[in-house]
Amino acid sequence: MKLPIVDHPTAARPFVTNPKRSQWHDKALWFVRSKRDKQAGGVSEWEHLRELASKIKTHTVANLADYLVQFEQAATRLGATVHWAADAAEHNEIVLKILKRHETLRIVKSKSMLTEECHLNHFLENNGIEVVDTDLGERIVQLRDETPSHIVLPAIHIKKEEVGETFHQHLGTDEGASDPKYLTEAARQHLRNKFLMGEVGITGVNFGIAETGGLVVCTNEGNADLGVSLPKVHIACMGIEKLIPRFQDLSVFTRLLARSATGQPITTYTSHFHGPRDPDSELHIILVDNGRTRLRGNAEFRDSLNCIRCGACMNTCPVYRRSGGHSYHATVPGPIGSVLSPTRDAKSYKSLPYACSLCGSCTDVCPVKIPLHHQLLAWRKELVGRGLLPVSKRVSMRLASMLFQRPRLFAIAGKCGRTALRVLPHWMTHNRLNTWTIARELPNPPRESFREWYGRNRNED
Amino acid sequence: MPVALFVPCYIDQFYPDVAVATLELLERLGLDVVFPEAQTCCGQPMANTGCVSETAPVARRMVEIFADYDAVICPSGSCTAMIRHHYAEYFTEDSAQYQKVASRTFELCEYLHDVLQLTRLNVTFPHRVSLHQSCHGLRELRLGGSSESMTPRVDKVREILKLVEGIEWCIPQRSDECCGFGGTFAVNEPDVSAAMGRDRITDHLATGSHVMASADMSCLMHLQGLIRREDHPITVMHVAQILVGRPVVRPASHANPPAPHSNPSETIR
Repeated sequence: MKLPIVDHPTAARPFVTNPKRSQWHDKALWFVRSKRDKQAGGVSEWEHLRELASKIKTHTVANLADYLVQFEQAATRLGATVHWAADAAEHNEIVLKILKRHETLRIVKSKSMLTEECHLNHFLENNGIEVVDTDLGERIVQLRDETPSHIVLPAIHIKKEEVGETFHQHLGTDEGASDPKYLTEAARQHLRNKFLMGEVGITGVNFGIAETGGLVVCTNEGNADLGVSLPKVHIACMGIEKLIPRFQDLSVFTRLLARSATGQPITTYTSHFHGPRDPDSELHIILVDNGRTRLRGNAEFRDSLNCIRCGACMNTCPVYRRSGGHSYHATVPGPIGSVLSPTRDAKSYKSLPYACSLCGSCTDVCPVKIPLHHQLLAWRKELVGRGLLPVSKRVSMRLASMLFQRPRLFAIAGKCGRTALRVLPHWMTHNRLNTWTIARELPNPPRESFREWYGRNRNED
Repeated sequence: MPVALFVPCYIDQFYPDVAVATLELLERLGLDVVFPEAQTCCGQPMANTGCVSETAPVARRMVEIFADYDAVICPSGSCTAMIRHHYAEYFTEDSAQYQKVASRTFELCEYLHDVLQLTRLNVTFPHRVSLHQSCHGLRELRLGGSSESMTPRVDKVREILKLVEGIEWCIPQRSDECCGFGGTFAVNEPDVSAAMGRDRITDHLATGSHVMASADMSCLMHLQGLIRREDHPITVMHVAQILVGRPVVRPASHANPPAPHSNPSETIR
């Protein structure tokens, strides 16, 4: 599939140049990050946990084939049916086949970024199946026919007044209502009905345990449990990188996940599934590759498979907070998304590794220590190597390099530039052609550079 | 054996007084300081764009120029980080020259704190000051603790500034958020960059600070550009200028015009 080329600066413009929305979005996410800081600060071994989690994930990815087989055997012993999907299309077909076998017309789905990645909703709807996202945020974006703008807080870009409008239109709530309590109650009643009518429950997976064949799903709304407790069939969609080796490793991640994601000590629900509920029920686990094996083969970007999808890098990213998740045009936005998206299609997503000031906050916040800003820098090198940098930028970098190799020329060019800045009228140096000056003044050009001063004052020659 | 002064390209051309202040400070502390005149730029603009082949010759000549000194001192965390952490790929692992320069290049405050272990400075700066932490100083050089990290670290820039008498500290709410400069990021993403900068300025203004100080002039160049365009009552100064006792001057576009030739970013003595 050929994707349109995403130009992040252009895509971000409507959001970031609307200071009211951009600042509100920034503050909402900064609040989440501050909560995270408080929680992380309360765990004295926090940095040790991060190191441990990083090592466990790196070890798992290094031995992925063995752990996948071990997981399949253990899950099968528990009575689950394990399916293998090479890509998104295969994953969607497997889901559809299971639904068809059960003559299902309605499914309820708790949050799963994997199914977003595979565009499962549209696929199923095109096949005549009603899909209800049961995570409140996901339900809001689904009703609005949007995509999530954040992987943990899918509707973080939508204000409560807008939720009120959406609910008025789709759920018949009072016009103009924006009281969160009222709206949540309306969603609750609406979803309760959907839960009762759901014939199959689909969930994502936070952790698959190779040793036991068990699955762990973390939610705050309990919607995963509700969604799979009534239907006889539970389909769990899982990226192959979600494995951890042993049950005892789980606590390392549950301690890190919710603290990093939302600043809670633990998610409200941490649900364990060990095989189907009873002999009449079915548990299907779909293990999805969809590019992960290829990514694993790439030494430079392999660490990004360690991601546990907590969203902390989004909450901390000063660019993400001000440009909004949709500006990335990707299932996973923010720093980790800017690393992952180009691995799928470098040309389409070539602007994302540059949508970053290289501040490094994401690297320090990441609970599994993915060196995110170094990977974004590595992506830039990769893009230049593949000839994907615009010619104008490449030429200007070549010229800069030539200049920096010639100190005399550098000094002359500097002097000419400073003189021009001094003698030319302000409008000639400060206009829309000079991107620097759209919002900022240029520095006041001094008459003398430091090297000229040094020549006069310190160098007797 | 003299120490070498590494002056980032934009400081050389636009903020010469920051380099003069650094030089004067080090000389005042008794060091024999040399400015090797063949130096230009560490190569960071090209490197951060991903242009490896354009960076390589610049990095190699930098190392050659500075290889003969016991220490290289630079009034920029970002450029120091470039040399210390991002030069490896342009050299063979056993390159003694590279190893020496990478391990002997120091950011100014780091050098004062760790090497000279400075405990006294006869300087007064009776002003309300807020510190802008540069990301590369914090998260690449670890000059202090970043707010995300739970590892306790000494804030070296602040510790050195504390030797100056009379500073009234103003503490912004977000202690170390990025200002949005980011080198070429500032022109690649002009809207996001400006929004980030404005938010930093608002935060610092809210503290009642009169002087925004930083160990990285590149962040300040971007912030000063916004401050002067929008005419905010705050000025920017490099830490070296404060440490050497330069006076405070309001930005040129502000309602109180500066005395002639007294703008610390312009004046050279």
